[in-house]
Amino acid sequence: MSTQDQVITILAEQAMIEPEDVTLDNTLEDLGIDSMGVVECIFAIEETFDINVPFNANSPSESDFDISTVRSVVAGVERLKAEQS
Amino acid sequence: MKRVVITGAGTINALGLSVPETLAAMREGKCGIGPLEFRDVGRLAIRIGGQVRGFEAEGRYNRQQIALYDRFTQFTLAAAREAIEQSGLTFTDELAARAGVVLGTAGGGVSTWDDNYRAVYEEGKNRVHPFVVPKLMNNAAASHVSMEWNLRGPSFTVSTACASSNHAMAQAFAMVRSGMSPVMVTGGSESMLCFGGVKAWEGLRVMSRDACRPFSANRNGMVQGEGAGVFVFEDYDHARARGAEILCEVAGFAMTSDASDIVMPSKAGAARAMQGALADAGINREEVGYINAHGTGTAANDKTECAAVADVFGTHADQLMISSTKSMHGHVIGGTGAVELLACIMALRDGVIAPTIGYEEPDPECALDVVPNEAREAQVDVALSNAFAFGGMNAVLALRRA
Repeated sequence: MSTQDQVITILAEQAMIEPEDVTLDNTLEDLGIDSMGVVECIFAIEETFDINVPFNANSPSESDFDISTVRSVVAGVERLKAEQS
Repeated sequence: MKRVVITGAGTINALGLSVPETLAAMREGKCGIGPLEFRDVGRLAIRIGGQVRGFEAEGRYNRQQIALYDRFTQFTLAAAREAIEQSGLTFTDELAARAGVVLGTAGGGVSTWDDNYRAVYEEGKNRVHPFVVPKLMNNAAASHVSMEWNLRGPSFTVSTACASSNHAMAQAFAMVRSGMSPVMVTGGSESMLCFGGVKAWEGLRVMSRDACRPFSANRNGMVQGEGAGVFVFEDYDHARARGAEILCEVAGFAMTSDASDIVMPSKAGAARAMQGALADAGINREEVGYINAHGTGTAANDKTECAAVADVFGTHADQLMISSTKSMHGHVIGGTGAVELLACIMALRDGVIAPTIGYEEPDPECALDVVPNEAREAQVDVALSNAFAFGGMNAVLALRRA
């Protein structure tokens, strides 16, 4: 499974929707993922890809990990995988 | 001062997953203690307990709830649902704003601590699930009850080891009696039947390897249980006005501290608590027909408790009945007073006295009517429920037939 598909699977599971209903332009809010859900997604991403995600729930916009859309999350994971492999 | 009554009861424990199941088991003198089943049990010296069986989180709670609910919270929510449904109350507007929840627990989310320590220490993992803290905190169960039923008044958790739920219920009673709140949800829960939870108790060398036999001369220690008991305490006038079924009245309570030893019980502290509860309730000692004993099955507790009863009740000590239901459901630690309050309700409402099972040999130091092995029918007007904690913190409730 590609990184993109894996990320979408994680987000869809958290949102309790089908992966097919997730698009790259969706925001996490669009998917109904609240702040607690975001933290769970970050944890699931770290476990799945064995990476450390620099994410601070106090100030998500200042974290070095962009969670504004599904596309930005996928890009962030790909970057971290490359950096941390 | 308001009169306070109980209008709902719920439980999960080794004897049953509801109040009717539990009371039926107590009437039959069933033993809920058996071989423990969980990871690494083979590394324990103590391998028996009153473990809750047939309780599956899946089906009761959704995936996100399970991520947030430690087993002690799961038990609490199930017991609270039974109690609140029985009471028939719904919490809206003014009632919601004033009603609260006070629960007891000694350890809170012990298995959450255990699982995550195992992950980081034994398995060498460097990250844990984000909800470890909200899952293990001692007030998690009370918080989830408040959220589930919209209880917006005073809510908190009390932790006084084995007296936690009696202290919690005493506090809830005081809040309703004073008029601070018309309804309080109260009781307690515990779930420490996991490797670390039992290993810690093993260290004290007070655990039995075969059975809990309170008051019996051949008793050899306590047996841990798990579960929850939750009740709806309600202003009598409020309950009457809406035609609620009243299970029994809570008449008074007392709390005392031994101020002497961190583990050894004190006769004086226990006696002062029983005496204080009678005085608070305005009850003559001759009216007491049943005492639900703390009765842990340890050498020290049982003889100290019997001596305290003899001191408080004088010659009447030989007329009353005293039993320990821990022989059946095990010691539910911070939830034990709540589960045991059910035996008091059964005595007062149904006229059935729960037995002390596993009783084999009389002990001259416990020479009271301990209702050995078989339940008994008797009309009881007043019952006491004892809880005497490590740390010398005692709480006794006095209850009256409705």
